[in-house]
Amino acid sequence: MAAARVKLQHVNVKLMLKDPAVVDLEPLIPIFHSWISGRVFEEMLLDIADYRHVPAGPGVVLIGHEADYSVDNTGNHLGIRYNRKAALEGDSQDALRQAARAALTACKHLEEEPRLGGKLRFNGQEIEVFVNDRLVAPNSAATFEAVRPDLEPFAQKLFRGEKYSLTYDSGRDPRSLFSVALKSSRPFSTADLLQNLAS
Amino acid sequence: MKVSNSQWAAQLSGKMPEALAREIDVFETEIALRKQGKLDERLFAETRLRRGTYGQRYDNGQRHDGQKVQEMKYPSGELTKGPNTMWDAPGMQRIKIPGGGLNAEQLETMADLAEEYSDGIAHVTTRQDFQLHYIHIDDTPSLMRRLAAAGITTREACGNSVRNVTACPYAGVCPDETFDVTPYSRALSRFLLGHPDCQNFGRKFKPALSGCAQHACGLTSLHDVGYVAKRRTENGAEKIGFEMYVGGGLGAVPYMAKLFDSFVPPEEILPLTQAIARVFARLGEKKNRSRARIKFLIQDLGIEKFKELVLEERKILPFDPRWTEYITVALREQEAPLNPGGEWPSAASDAFKRWLKSNTRAQKQKGYVTATVALPLGDITSTQLRALADIVRRFTRETIRTTVEQNFALRWISQSDLPALYEALEAAKLGAPGAGSIVDIVACPGTDTCKLGISSSRGLAAELLKQLAEKSFEMDEAVENLHIKISGCFNSCGQHHVADLGFYGVSRKVAGYAVPHFQVVLGGEWEHNAGSYGLPVAAIPSKNIPQVVTRLTERYVSNRTNGETFKEFVKRIGKAELKTVLDDLARPPANDRSFFSDWGDPREYSLEDLGTGECAGEVVSSVEFDLAAAERELFEAQLAFEKGQIDKAGDGAYRSMVHAAKALVKIGYSTVSDNPDEIVSEFRTRYYDTQKFFDPFAGGKFAQYLFAAHEKSKEPRTPDSTRYLIDESQLFIDAAHACYNRLGTAVGV
Repeated sequence: MAAARVKLQHVNVKLMLKDPAVVDLEPLIPIFHSWISGRVFEEMLLDIADYRHVPAGPGVVLIGHEADYSVDNTGNHLGIRYNRKAALEGDSQDALRQAARAALTACKHLEEEPRLGGKLRFNGQEIEVFVNDRLVAPNSAATFEAVRPDLEPFAQKLFRGEKYSLTYDSGRDPRSLFSVALKSSRPFSTADLLQNLAS
Repeated sequence: MKVSNSQWAAQLSGKMPEALAREIDVFETEIALRKQGKLDERLFAETRLRRGTYGQRYDNGQRHDGQKVQEMKYPSGELTKGPNTMWDAPGMQRIKIPGGGLNAEQLETMADLAEEYSDGIAHVTTRQDFQLHYIHIDDTPSLMRRLAAAGITTREACGNSVRNVTACPYAGVCPDETFDVTPYSRALSRFLLGHPDCQNFGRKFKPALSGCAQHACGLTSLHDVGYVAKRRTENGAEKIGFEMYVGGGLGAVPYMAKLFDSFVPPEEILPLTQAIARVFARLGEKKNRSRARIKFLIQDLGIEKFKELVLEERKILPFDPRWTEYITVALREQEAPLNPGGEWPSAASDAFKRWLKSNTRAQKQKGYVTATVALPLGDITSTQLRALADIVRRFTRETIRTTVEQNFALRWISQSDLPALYEALEAAKLGAPGAGSIVDIVACPGTDTCKLGISSSRGLAAELLKQLAEKSFEMDEAVENLHIKISGCFNSCGQHHVADLGFYGVSRKVAGYAVPHFQVVLGGEWEHNAGSYGLPVAAIPSKNIPQVVTRLTERYVSNRTNGETFKEFVKRIGKAELKTVLDDLARPPANDRSFFSDWGDPREYSLEDLGTGECAGEVVSSVEFDLAAAERELFEAQLAFEKGQIDKAGDGAYRSMVHAAKALVKIGYSTVSDNPDEIVSEFRTRYYDTQKFFDPFAGGKFAQYLFAAHEKSKEPRTPDSTRYLIDESQLFIDAAHACYNRLGTAVGV
């Protein structure tokens, strides 16, 4: 029997970074401040939370009303994370694409940011998708089966038909958020991925 | 905000205590009523505050971006959750943890909530609570239900209520304690929660219990009511009881608690606290919030009269079986170890040895230790909380306690488990050494998230932590054991008064620009339940504070006599000398723009002061000179106080306030005389009645310090009253600086 579909909400997308050891988080603080004052996104950006002192923590978080953006080091995996807080209209595909687009757009801004000296770059292949609501998506193999039908077309679109893997780590702490790792067979640029989503 | 909010009530039905479930249902209804405009915003504000749901910085819908104030247009428009507090603005949720006691499941719940509703971080406070930040109010009922299902309430975590009952986290295992105060703290907490006699206070009321007098863990001296465990012999029989203190408190002007009774039997602590609550509710100030804490009532009445009233009230209290029925049951519920006691490990690595030295303390039970999990700035991630829950299950009978130093205490650790425990903590990035040392810095949220923050206490703490951690391996042992505590403002949430090196945020105008500063407060005592308070020495630009720490600690190492504590050193050297040590740090270096922003925040600080017509480095007004003179006068008063010259100190402090008031009066009335009556009268008309002097949050509190001092200027002075006057004078002068800064924009002075 097929698993019941889950309508995804509160999707998080984390883009894993290339050479995380060379990334300095300090310049992110003035950069994020300039994003707030410059209103660079349609979403409402509010504040910055600096957790650089916490090992393997959320790093530097740009707090917003609809969503938070961060350069997040949870699990010692440095990545650009988009955490959708407000509910979205539409179906699960819409939720996945919106979160991916937002994360990629933030990533592109940071890749082009002179104050980071080109050191912060997406590795082009590894993306982790979380669902930040345990009632919507408990961390279980059943949830994976339920969301796979949405993740596959999303990944196909994102990686434009290239081969990819979709991995649910059943050995991961069951108390942690439900997440799935997406990995393409070849690297893409941020711009290409944004274009793929737009096409 | 969460789509699952509507489902949690049904999901957790039957898993929450009935009273808590009902309480949260009521709150949810109040939220709905407020959204429909059927509940007044002020009433709703107190309602949510009594559930621990706070406002946060920028929740008035405005944020200074470093150049100008920007409006934040939230989707809910003009809907508010309190006066000038926008509905959609993120807020802080405080979660009460009585005595700091938690189990593994509660840690896991906290982890889930931090991740789903906050930013993935849970913050341990200086009163053993948790705080989650950036919470949307629409999420709070679900959050509270999930807590309730785990046996935790947020009720009365804020508002004019009985706050978290704190207790020594080492109670029951400390070798120096008189007896275990845990059952009494739990009973007091349960008894006072929602008690009808505790619902009509003018301000908050904080109780604390300590197992001994000599250590800091309970901090009873700075609480509204404090109980210290005592033992005495009566008619040949040994009895246990409590030394009872009342009227302590930090806040803007710190008060040391006064002895109420040297021996209160256990069966009397609940009814006596109830009687105190009744007297406080009946006679405590209600209108003037700045005088509404019980410490002011006790000061006004005198301790003897207060005691008389409480004992009279005690006599007429109707009997309540809860006063004593907990005692027999509670005393049977002693915490026990999971594993048998063991031998002290033969340490392998240097890192393990360092951790053992700083983060473990022997228990009175042979073969066991308590291990401290040191949290940087009190912060812990959701992932770490889950790892800690696993550790708690693996090494204890599923218990852990938060501490007032914003850490965790793991009790009943078998010594033979220490290598495995350290390995597990290290794997979770929780094995940092230095608990209770100079790198274990306490800081309140400050300008990061608090509406009252003046300077960045967490930014400074993070910077000091980074710099001191680098030096810690070569640090002199005397320095290693010092305490640094930082508050973002005068309200003392970071407990700066009881640190060796304390700092609280103030602002100063330099060359026409506002510059973030910290007042340096030296010589407070953490030990002996916060045995004495430090006094301010100088206001120093934030960016120079790391140098202050370096200079003072180097001076201490080189000049201290054998075994001299930092407090004793400060007293011996004297404030005049210490101020000289810091003098050149008191002003920012010329042409260094970095001083005009705070630690961890690159925005230009208080840019409303960058009014047109002001030119850096050229304009030094007479007001600034007069305010500086007032500060000098106050400093001299402090020196006189140190020498025991009470009258001279009191008169000097009073004069410094009048001088600062005159500085402001002169802005519109340059020929004002030196007559204090005229100055105070003019100040009242020009600055108090017009509310120009009002602090955005404290209102007219600081002006009232001047009026009270003026009214009592001819009265005899006591050491206590003079000490308070000195602190009040400092706050008045700080407020005069702030007022002048605000006027800088308004009138271009």
